[in-house]
Amino acid sequence: METFLFWIFAIVGVGGGIMVVFHRNPMSSAIYLVVTMLCLAGFYALLAGPFVAVIQVLVYAGAVMVLILFVIMMLNLREETLQREGGMATWILAGLIGLVLVVAVLPPFPRTPAGTPPPEFGTIEAVGNKLFTMYMLPFELTSVLLLIGIIGAVILAKRRML
Amino acid sequence: MIPLPHYLTVSAILFTTGAIGVLMRRNALIMLMSLELMLNAVNLSFVAYARLHQDMGGHVFVFLSITVAAVEAAVGLAILLTIFRTRATVDVDNLHLLQR
Repeated sequence: METFLFWIFAIVGVGGGIMVVFHRNPMSSAIYLVVTMLCLAGFYALLAGPFVAVIQVLVYAGAVMVLILFVIMMLNLREETLQREGGMATWILAGLIGLVLVVAVLPPFPRTPAGTPPPEFGTIEAVGNKLFTMYMLPFELTSVLLLIGIIGAVILAKRRML
Repeated sequence: MIPLPHYLTVSAILFTTGAIGVLMRRNALIMLMSLELMLNAVNLSFVAYARLHQDMGGHVFVFLSITVAAVEAAVGLAILLTIFRTRATVDVDNLHLLQR
């Protein structure tokens, strides 16, 4: 069952990711991005991380994608042709990135996670305990970052001239 | 149990796809979406390694990185709206004011 779900999520997720990049209509790209993010939430659930899975659905597939869809609708972008496919340099650079990542995946280390994790692994309570003890400072800094983001977005969107 | 390299391979494919999108597409909105794709691919690696080492630090880091991605999307889209308002385009080839 787990293997079956993994392959479903992998194929749909990667297919969605490819469609995000190569689809002509920005609106369709956004919808495919939602599909990919939901598949990633499924991966997190398979990897014993219910909290991150829920956060992924709420924040990414919910909030961030609604924001992007709103902007696409406001800008009223028409379907565009995929003009330049990018020069040879683009493909070489992309291939190089892919090659480096594959090499990074290859080295021998414990391949399969050992045993089953304890039942509380990845739950809201366990992650919260870690977040508010060991990672307190990064968490507080995140709130400052959010404040900066809110102020920046409001000021940028209000201004008349660039 | 699915071996870890399977997850890492999916993550690598998604990251490379996002990189191709950022390098190839000229529509700034699609570039932002490809950026989100790359961030998501990295998050998948984090969660996979958290499962391998049975350490929830990876989950905390994904939580923080999702926050950063949300802020990045908000500010990026605000910049995009401002650019569109003044120049009526989001094609990055037309935005070469700083090149001259």
